[in-house]
Amino acid sequence: MSNHSCIEIANEWGIVSARQAGRELSKDIGFGSVDQARITTAISELARNIYLYTEIGKIDLEEISDNHRNGKARGIKVVASDKGPGIENLRDVMVDGFTTSGGLGAGLPGVKRLMDEFDIESIPGEGTTITTIKWLR
Amino acid sequence: MRIPILKLGRYLLISVQVELDDQTALQFQEDLLNKIHQEGSLGVVIDLTSVDMIDSFIAKVIGDVVEMSSLMGAKVVLTGIQPAVAITLIDMGVSLQEVQTALDLEQGLERLQQELGG
Repeated sequence: MSNHSCIEIANEWGIVSARQAGRELSKDIGFGSVDQARITTAISELARNIYLYTEIGKIDLEEISDNHRNGKARGIKVVASDKGPGIENLRDVMVDGFTTSGGLGAGLPGVKRLMDEFDIESIPGEGTTITTIKWLR
Repeated sequence: MRIPILKLGRYLLISVQVELDDQTALQFQEDLLNKIHQEGSLGVVIDLTSVDMIDSFIAKVIGDVVEMSSLMGAKVVLTGIQPAVAITLIDMGVSLQEVQTALDLEQGLERLQQELGG
């Protein structure tokens, strides 16, 4: 793949770096301003979760193409991974308004709605990996 | 980084021109409340024309500062929210229902003048 970047999230500045990188890559891929905002916001939510709940983690951004979709679908894949405490109650965190941090509880369900594909894997005590994709229409 | 807060009579004007990181947003919250207190301001316009992304944290900080200002007796109007930002906020399920908005700075000031009687 031609376009790939990895941003380490060790402090809150990492959140800003991750969303800037996300905006640039989504613009390069050809997403319009609304989808750029959706992707940037999703990255910001994922990066903030890493910052809030774990010591360190990373956001991988990658341009992808899917040959099964009428030949040449292009998109952006965002993978947020950390070696934090993991999420015990995966069902709860996907409910709107559920929060342990005093936030709006819009984070993960919001990310799911902003992106086209969403997958979360978490092992308590080992870490969490969230993979999301937005396809260019 | 600090967001400058301008005084215009009994009003305060803020145009957010920087990339909003968490610390800047929280610092702004504190700065605005102090400024309202110091100047005895009745109304505040926060212009978000240059802001290209509002995530749930920043939405919460903005919603909170509107409520805090209201507790102090100052009315806040948000202006200039971009189409992409409005769409994203609704996609996310974030509603800023209690918050007054206007299309641009000019209409925001008019709104304040109407509500506060000049």
